[in-house]
Amino acid sequence: MTEYVNESSRTTMDKIRAVMKEFGLPRLIITAFLLLMCIIAPFTGANFWTQITNVVNRFSWNAVLVLAMVPMVHSGCGLNFGLPVGIIAGLLGATLSIEWGFTGPMSFFMAIVIATPFALIFGLAYGWLLNKIKGGEMMIATYVGFSMVSFFCMMWLILPYKKPDMAWGFEGTGLRTTFPIDKYYGGVLSNFLKIQIGKLVIPTGALLFFALLAVLMWAFLHTKTGTAMTAVGSNPTFATAAGINVDKIRMLSVVMSTWLAAVGILVYEQGFGFVQLYNAPFNMALPAVSAILIGGATANKASITNVIIGTILFQGMVTMTPTVMNGLINLDISEVLRVVVSNGMILYALTRKSEVTR
Amino acid sequence: MNGKNTSTGKKILNLIGNNAVPIMFIIIILICLPMSGFSSTFLLNEIMNRLSRNAFLILSLLIPIMAGMGLNFGMTLGAMAAEIALIFTSDWQIWGIPGIVLATIMSIPISALLGLMCGKILNAAKGREMITSYIISFFMNGVYQLVVLYMMGSIIPITHTNIKLPRGYGVRASVDLTRIRKSLDNVLAFNVAGVRIPVMTLLIIAAMCLVIVWFRRTKLGQDMRAVGQDMEVARAAGIDVEGTRIISIVISTVLAGIGMVIYLQNMGDMATYSSHSQIGMFCIAALLVGGASVDKASIGNVFLGVILFHTMFILAPKAGAVITGNEVIGEYFRVFVSYGVITVALVMYETKKRRAKASMGAQLEAEQKEEENR
Repeated sequence: MTEYVNESSRTTMDKIRAVMKEFGLPRLIITAFLLLMCIIAPFTGANFWTQITNVVNRFSWNAVLVLAMVPMVHSGCGLNFGLPVGIIAGLLGATLSIEWGFTGPMSFFMAIVIATPFALIFGLAYGWLLNKIKGGEMMIATYVGFSMVSFFCMMWLILPYKKPDMAWGFEGTGLRTTFPIDKYYGGVLSNFLKIQIGKLVIPTGALLFFALLAVLMWAFLHTKTGTAMTAVGSNPTFATAAGINVDKIRMLSVVMSTWLAAVGILVYEQGFGFVQLYNAPFNMALPAVSAILIGGATANKASITNVIIGTILFQGMVTMTPTVMNGLINLDISEVLRVVVSNGMILYALTRKSEVTR
Repeated sequence: MNGKNTSTGKKILNLIGNNAVPIMFIIIILICLPMSGFSSTFLLNEIMNRLSRNAFLILSLLIPIMAGMGLNFGMTLGAMAAEIALIFTSDWQIWGIPGIVLATIMSIPISALLGLMCGKILNAAKGREMITSYIISFFMNGVYQLVVLYMMGSIIPITHTNIKLPRGYGVRASVDLTRIRKSLDNVLAFNVAGVRIPVMTLLIIAAMCLVIVWFRRTKLGQDMRAVGQDMEVARAAGIDVEGTRIISIVISTVLAGIGMVIYLQNMGDMATYSSHSQIGMFCIAALLVGGASVDKASIGNVFLGVILFHTMFILAPKAGAVITGNEVIGEYFRVFVSYGVITVALVMYETKKRRAKASMGAQLEAEQKEEENR
């Protein structure tokens, strides 16, 4: 009898161990840390519901940007460090939509419409380049993104934008580094069907918008093309043998990623309430990359669940730590913590042997 | 005759193709030069100044390239070590040459330790060294902030109020190094036609070049090249591949630390939290501008790169102001060019690698066919 118990307990232990291995140590630490934060938060005088509201809000701003990682990971292009390419397309959409006089919800819709052709063109060029350099995608993607951002730093100054809300008033040339968009699409999704219970505020519209994109992505991954994409990612040789045009599928995934990044930055701006130009997109890729990794994705496997869990954990960490730390020891090390954890997560993913050996 | 002509034509085309980046830079400089309106003395002075400031840092990149580990974005770690050392020497109020020597000595164990860690991580990420070292530099930047902003003054003793933040711990955003400013550059320095020659710094750089030339011929240097060529073959030949790779990164990090001390003594001012953040990018861009590639770099590339890259750096804002009436454009332009150069170099390297693989495949196929025919 005792033997039997031992036996079964060992198997459950093994099971737990297997689950833990699957879950990964860093992820476990981050989850535990976040839970600890949740428990400590009320003692530091921070309101629990305000905290939850913050996390949910930040989730709704960032989730689409993280979702933009999925197609490229699926097709084996690795983590999309070139996210700024799509972000620039989104910023072009945003600024042009405002410049051409659209206001309110219409300006958000038009921003997406205008950003789409840019995202297509940039995505096609970016995808073509990534097809030329299979195997070195991540490093080159990083620098393609950087080149793009610094090129557009010049463009924001040179392009003939005239709208006084965006352009430098006294000189009349060039766009401002940051400008508010209350008159345009600020809060356009977040305020749609907003639910407020006491201190808890849920930005239903933005969550629904993300859900729509996520469901579409999930559905796409289950179509014939979507399955082909997964096949290309997991085994390119096999995919070629099965008659799949690898280059074309990869190109499609890059275009999808780029377009989602463009939409993602617009969703981010509507929540944040400001448009940030010039150097801002430089720092947008790494948080999205580490968010999806924290969610359990690897360099060649990512699901919608990874996106949701990862964004909640990452944003939870970013929003909870400052308030809790400040209340507790009057010391704000959240920025340092964010840098160490997010980059540590990427390092962990890059150094795991079981992953991409390409 | 005709055939000979085409072959020389091809040779020229090849030459241009192989040196596309330096040639492009020379053209940019030639366009910007008359527009900027700088006097030649000013320009030469600036170039000499920047050459002595940056050359040592860029030399630190050569050894990992030799070991086949690509561009070492982790050189930032050495820069951080140097900054920590300089914070201490300034806190102890040791200035001038003694300050520089002490900072150099103190930076070495810190950089060696960081380099060891970096090398170990890179061994776990073979084939993705560059992106991994790039992320390591970000990761360690966070750790550096933790140490300098929170631990210094609270756990690690820092006393001087010029360095410590008023809140009682952490280091100020800028550390004043005026009292060691150019103290190395000024040793034995003299003027030639209005151009100041920092003899001592140049001598140190020259000595480093000789050391690198000598190092290539040693057993360790040969091993590194073998590892760079082919890890499997090197391992079969009995070389400790992992160890050799770690040593190359440690050497690079230590050299970067020394280079950063030289860099900061020239600047005379240290931005505690940002001096190191861009240094890797600018050094790598300069090396690539000199005609180096991800798998091949020489000392000549370093010097050509420093001169071309920094001439562009000096000229771009002024030329931008003349063309568009806005100096900021020129500043954005030079950042764009730096990133652009790195992108182009990386793309060229990857396509070359793929082409080599493809041609090897074709050769194998041809050999197989021949065998079958027999």
